[in-house]
Amino acid sequence: MGLRTPLSAARGLGSAKEGVDHWWKQRLTAIALVPLLLWFGFSVALLGTADYYTVVGWLAHPVNAGLMILVLAVGIWHGVLGLQVVIEDYIATEWKKIMVLLLVQFAAVILALAGILAVLRIALGV
Amino acid sequence: MAQFTLPANSKIEMGRTFPAPEGASRTRKFRIYRWDPDTDDNPRIDTFEIDLDRTGPMVLDAIIHIKNEVDPTLTFRRSCREGICGSCSMNVNGRNTLACISAIEDYKGDVNIYPLPHMEVHKDLVPDMTHFYAQHASVEPWIKTQSPTPPDRERLQSKEEREKLDGLYECILCACCSTACPSYWWNPEKYLGPATLLNAYRWIADSRDEATGERLDALNDPFKLYRCHTIMNCADSCPKGLNPAKAIGEVKKLLVERRG
Repeated sequence: MGLRTPLSAARGLGSAKEGVDHWWKQRLTAIALVPLLLWFGFSVALLGTADYYTVVGWLAHPVNAGLMILVLAVGIWHGVLGLQVVIEDYIATEWKKIMVLLLVQFAAVILALAGILAVLRIALGV
Repeated sequence: MAQFTLPANSKIEMGRTFPAPEGASRTRKFRIYRWDPDTDDNPRIDTFEIDLDRTGPMVLDAIIHIKNEVDPTLTFRRSCREGICGSCSMNVNGRNTLACISAIEDYKGDVNIYPLPHMEVHKDLVPDMTHFYAQHASVEPWIKTQSPTPPDRERLQSKEEREKLDGLYECILCACCSTACPSYWWNPEKYLGPATLLNAYRWIADSRDEATGERLDALNDPFKLYRCHTIMNCADSCPKGLNPAKAIGEVKKLLVERRG
């Protein structure tokens, strides 16, 4: 219970002067994911019955490896941006919100790095 | 976390029932939310059986009839009874609307009336609008200019420029939209809500205003603006047929546009 005026409460800490970036990047990654996921879906469907060596050979091709890295990077980036919105919507306690946001972002970076390194290993034949 | 269940003292109980008067032929049940801050009682739903031949055609007529003839303690806001003051906004059969322009015959079966959702209640159907109005004031809903007013006439606007305000200036601040918005339910302290954002855009879209950039700066915020996820409950509930989600979309477009 405080005695600040309703207008002061409504203004709060003022505008963060950011938000448009997040919104724009979420849209851009969404658009980029349309062709990327179509390519990924068709490829998985076509490779569904192929054996291990065929799939590894396919992924080692520079175009396929490049696209796969993009699927991982753009997909996970888009996912983090989306999860951030959900977390900000529903977790009102500030410290809990920050903790969950950091956890999600760390997990996403590890996931993306692991995925990209796996593709690179196959592509470079290491 | 967001709160999904009501606290114990907010659980709604069954209240009293007021039967229709003797000889009534056309009756309808009005089930109305009641809460009295002067008692320790939980909120309750009172049932009023009304003779439709003894009341006007609108939901507000029935509520006024109840207050005059059945239970004078029933508390609600009303003024113009023609959809221009925005006082009698309430939730009728699950949808926010103005009671004065909602015809009883458009509702089938019992008519369930609650205060606007997710607002603190002063009494019965009267919500606390303080924060809602303060949010409206926070976007400085008045013309801001540097150029002085021409000495011999008002500030002019072309017909095309004036048309840009259609669908915006009609807002009567009844709060049907904001209190129907889940994003506003979860973050009312920080999210401005559809009504305030529509009014913010009304001044951004005004060709006579000279503070457009400043206004966009003030809205460029993850919570003030970007909690809008185009759920569209605002447009669905607006009793004036306005589309706040579209106005919010226009603000988002302008913020992208000025990045170059």
